[in-house]
Amino acid sequence: MTDKIVIRNIKKSFSSGSESKAVINGINLTIADGEFIAIVGPSGCGKSTLMKMIAGFLQPDEGSIAVDGVERKGPNSNGILISQHGSVFPWLTVQQNLMFGLNDEHVDKAAVADHYADLVGLKGFEQHYPRELSGGMLKRAEIARALAVKPEILYMDEPFSALDALMSLRIRTELLRILEEERHTVILITHDVEEAVHLANRVVVLSNRPASIQTIFDVPFAHPRKLSDPALQKLRDDILRELGIEC
Amino acid sequence: MIKLKKILPPLALITTLIAVWWIVVVKTGSVIFPTPLQVVTGALELIEDGTLWEHISSSLMRVGLGFLLAVVTAIPLGLWMGRVDGAYATLNPVFQIMRPISPIAWIPLAILWFGVGNASPIFLIFIAAVFPLIVQTAAGVHTIEPRYLNAAENFGVSRYKLYRQVVIPAVLPDLIVGMRISLGVAWLVVVAAEMIALRSGLGYMIMDSRNAGNRYDLVIAGMIIIGVIGLLLDGLMRLMEGHKSVRWRYDR
Repeated sequence: MTDKIVIRNIKKSFSSGSESKAVINGINLTIADGEFIAIVGPSGCGKSTLMKMIAGFLQPDEGSIAVDGVERKGPNSNGILISQHGSVFPWLTVQQNLMFGLNDEHVDKAAVADHYADLVGLKGFEQHYPRELSGGMLKRAEIARALAVKPEILYMDEPFSALDALMSLRIRTELLRILEEERHTVILITHDVEEAVHLANRVVVLSNRPASIQTIFDVPFAHPRKLSDPALQKLRDDILRELGIEC
Repeated sequence: MIKLKKILPPLALITTLIAVWWIVVVKTGSVIFPTPLQVVTGALELIEDGTLWEHISSSLMRVGLGFLLAVVTAIPLGLWMGRVDGAYATLNPVFQIMRPISPIAWIPLAILWFGVGNASPIFLIFIAAVFPLIVQTAAGVHTIEPRYLNAAENFGVSRYKLYRQVVIPAVLPDLIVGMRISLGVAWLVVVAAEMIALRSGLGYMIMDSRNAGNRYDLVIAGMIIIGVIGLLLDGLMRLMEGHKSVRWRYDR
């Protein structure tokens, strides 16, 4: 597998007043093409800051991030960020939202949009406005809008944290099905270790602020994974222990 | 049924106020202050000889033009100030100083620059309407949530699409609020502006009725008509709040 994203010794600090607080303290990580990486860590450790830097919305103070060997300077449509709070435009219909990122190369944008709406189970809701959808449907609309532009990378920042456990599990299963059809490189930030071992090829555990990589766990299980699998449960417990939680 | 419940209390209050007014005028035996009936007959007189429509339409015309000028100036300016920090930092203090100056204070200058024709009241309405709308538009752009702008940036859309599908729809609810305020102020000002000079308009009608023979019935009729038209204008603006693409802001 070829390297897709190479992160070299990035550092970031924020200053409030005269004080400067280090948030990210030297992270090195190489992500292969088509890999699914989950990043877990204590809350407030700088996960979102790290994601913003990888996605290009924030520049690191030191170090570099290269995508396909090219240094990242800003966000672009090769990698779409799915944020925690959601960014489906409330003033556009589902279909208009899914068409938003499509450029003029697409002859029939509505058809592309409808295809992806169907893919995430939103068929029949194309003409609805976001306020008419449930939280889970909104999340799926956001994922569909990202997938529609065929991004090489998906950056997912706690995308399921606002959903109930059942809906989260359902969307995760759908995501895995979609990823089988359309190969993307995925970076997922989550505080849910079970979610991480369910989805990822590797789980990166971050330390407390300022964040650095504490450990990386391989998740050597083929899909579909059963959450009740003892080996998977053991891995989950190992990761939790790494985070300082004994179970 | 629900509508009736909403309309009934204010209707009852208005009826009571009219009744009290009537009783007080009759009891005190005032010669100058008219009864509600006299006001209605006075208004009917004006309707019959056609002058009422003339006054109403000239007032509306002035408000329409002044307001339209304000809208085409304020919205692009407000959007620009909202997006470009330098423009905001430079222009906002100036507008904040201009905004609290009552349009009435501009009357001498308006007469000096534009004379006593239609241009003066239109200018005064423009002055009154433009600043609140600029401020509201710029504030609307500033309150667009960064996550939406980030998403637009992420998809790498053109500037045109950014404005057409993100910035403008996002500020549209603020624009509607701004336009409601702005039109309300414009209507307030047209009457004041017409009291100074000119030969038509509701403001002129009020002053003229007093000066030409103490026709207080027509003064009060004029005041009530101004109030009712103001209410209708606001209702017209509020219709825009029902539009599908702005409901996201109001239905929460």
